[in-house]
Amino acid sequence: METKAKLTHLAACAGCGAKVGAGTLAALLDGFKTRTDPRLVVGFDRSDDACVYLINDETALIETTDFFPPIVDDPYLYGQIAAANALSDVYAMGGEPRLALNLLCTTAAMDDDTVREILRGGYDKVYEAGAVVAGGHTIQSAEPIYGLAVTGFAHPDRVLTNSNAKPGDALILTKPLGVGVLTTAAKADLVEEELLHRVWNQMATLNRAARDVMVTYPVHSCTDVTGFGLLGHSYEMAQGSSVSIHLRAADIPYHREALELADMGFLPAGAYRNRDYVREICVAPGISRAMQDICYDPQTSGGLLFAIPQDCAEDCLAKLDGAAIVGYVTERQDAALYLE
Amino acid sequence: MKKLDARGLSCPEPVVMIRKAMQSGEDAYEMVVDNHAAKENVTRYAEHQGYTVTVSEEGSDVTLTMRK
Repeated sequence: METKAKLTHLAACAGCGAKVGAGTLAALLDGFKTRTDPRLVVGFDRSDDACVYLINDETALIETTDFFPPIVDDPYLYGQIAAANALSDVYAMGGEPRLALNLLCTTAAMDDDTVREILRGGYDKVYEAGAVVAGGHTIQSAEPIYGLAVTGFAHPDRVLTNSNAKPGDALILTKPLGVGVLTTAAKADLVEEELLHRVWNQMATLNRAARDVMVTYPVHSCTDVTGFGLLGHSYEMAQGSSVSIHLRAADIPYHREALELADMGFLPAGAYRNRDYVREICVAPGISRAMQDICYDPQTSGGLLFAIPQDCAEDCLAKLDGAAIVGYVTERQDAALYLE
Repeated sequence: MKKLDARGLSCPEPVVMIRKAMQSGEDAYEMVVDNHAAKENVTRYAEHQGYTVTVSEEGSDVTLTMRK
């Protein structure tokens, strides 16, 4: 008999839904003594996906980390998803990952095979990314956790922050939403196996291909859509760029099945935290609560969201698989975000 | 009225609990939850099933009364 503990049952929250709210974090760090360094061109104050340190005129170092509790029971898949998610922050800065360190917490309920499979998933994704696992750290803990610290590089002129969107830009999103809702509903066995496999594959898919297309265009700004959901990450981009972001609900790609499940209350707690975080939003009448929920839904290993001049958006979109133009950027108006 | 206690449970457990309970098809249920997500999610589920929800809060306990 199989008596092995299910990975997702060893953790209280799943995937990026475990992320502490952005507002909470900012309050916690307020008032700390910090040094400044002119070479640190993107630091914590910018609420970006990774920090960027200027090494010389040709090279910028991109540093990031991400980890979370199991979002799936299959340890190999969990390792892949956690690694793809961690690597994504480098892609979101327009960079290429080069080095990765494993960050792993194991529990007494996990046997050696399970731990090995998680790490194999991570190694395979790092390999696929063209990067190297250079080390790591593993401890015993109350809950399983896995992720990576990742170092990448980009040309300093080609670093993409989340705070440089320009009026006139179009916004492209490269993966469909609804992952948080579907993985929550899956815990209640309400998601078809076939759909669940699609969602798992989507989470394990590197943002590498999307990044490689994106960097061939004069993109202004980029982030990846993870724990704060589409609206949370768009809000950060709008605030950081001093612009307004308009998202067209009808154009936003999402897994259709997630809509009714959202209406039925299968929302991860993070969706509500994201709703609280996004203050300056104007939602057009007629956009259902469930559709708004999808837009607040925390994504694990979500897609890239980038601001690209309107005149090359269609051309770029044609080269991306499963992406959509979801909105546009204007001068700052009354609200930071408009869901239209 | 069927009474349920979902305090200490995190999502989706409270929704799973109310879903199972509602399979008996009674006209009224009462559930106590202790976090915002549970309150919202159980309310969504009950409304989706055609119940009207009233909320009363006392300290950290939120009592949801659901009636058809």
